[in-house]
Amino acid sequence: MTEQTEFILPSVIESVDMAAAKAESFARAIGLADDAIYAIDLAVRESVANAVKHGNKFDKDKDVEVTFADTGSGLEITVRDYGTGFSIEDIPDPTDRENLLKTNGRGILFMRSFMDEVDWDNPDGGGLMVKMVKNR
Amino acid sequence: MADINITERQAGDVTILDLDGKVTIGEGSVALRSTIRRVLGEGKTKLLLNLGRVGYIDSSGIGELVSSFTAVNKEGGTLKLLNLTEKIQDLLAITKLLTVFDVYEDEGEALSSFN
Repeated sequence: MTEQTEFILPSVIESVDMAAAKAESFARAIGLADDAIYAIDLAVRESVANAVKHGNKFDKDKDVEVTFADTGSGLEITVRDYGTGFSIEDIPDPTDRENLLKTNGRGILFMRSFMDEVDWDNPDGGGLMVKMVKNR
Repeated sequence: MADINITERQAGDVTILDLDGKVTIGEGSVALRSTIRRVLGEGKTKLLLNLGRVGYIDSSGIGELVSSFTAVNKEGGTLKLLNLTEKIQDLLAITKLLTVFDVYEDEGEALSSFN
């Protein structure tokens, strides 16, 4: 049976901690190992921070929607904002020498490094949705 | 409870900042930024960040380390890192920032390197 939960968060920085706490709790409940939980925690923090800051731009009239699902083979996470979206190809590689001393732009690198699958989509109704999978 | 506590020690002309807690988006990153600005304002430009008790850092925290490094360099100073946890080491490797920061595991060795 697939276990699933979804919740809505306001576009405030405090939502990052809230989403991470819920992710950890869900991941522990479905029996994931500590290493996987650390990876999930980090990826959820980065994705929700992106949704709040770059997606919804702290607009309190725009929500961040988060889902967690136990797929049996792992944990699937979606994080959706209602911003104007972006093209993932336009994000500069933070590991390029000319970008090393930039103070931001590393969140997507962490999401990709720590999760097994990361995909972005522009869903109906606007905004951006990232789907991430961590295998058991 | 605060996300992070930062304690300042002096060893000769080197200022050691012992960080204890999380350096994440929000309070943790802001606390680090404020402390760096304050010590630079006091004319202290040889800084050693002890990260041994930092249990968690995210991309915002990594960005704050970079920002601190740049701010200290602009003042003609030097910022080095001490006691990276395995997780922080991993994140600095992924971001290729191990090529930027001078990193030490031993405090005495780190202090000697400033002279």
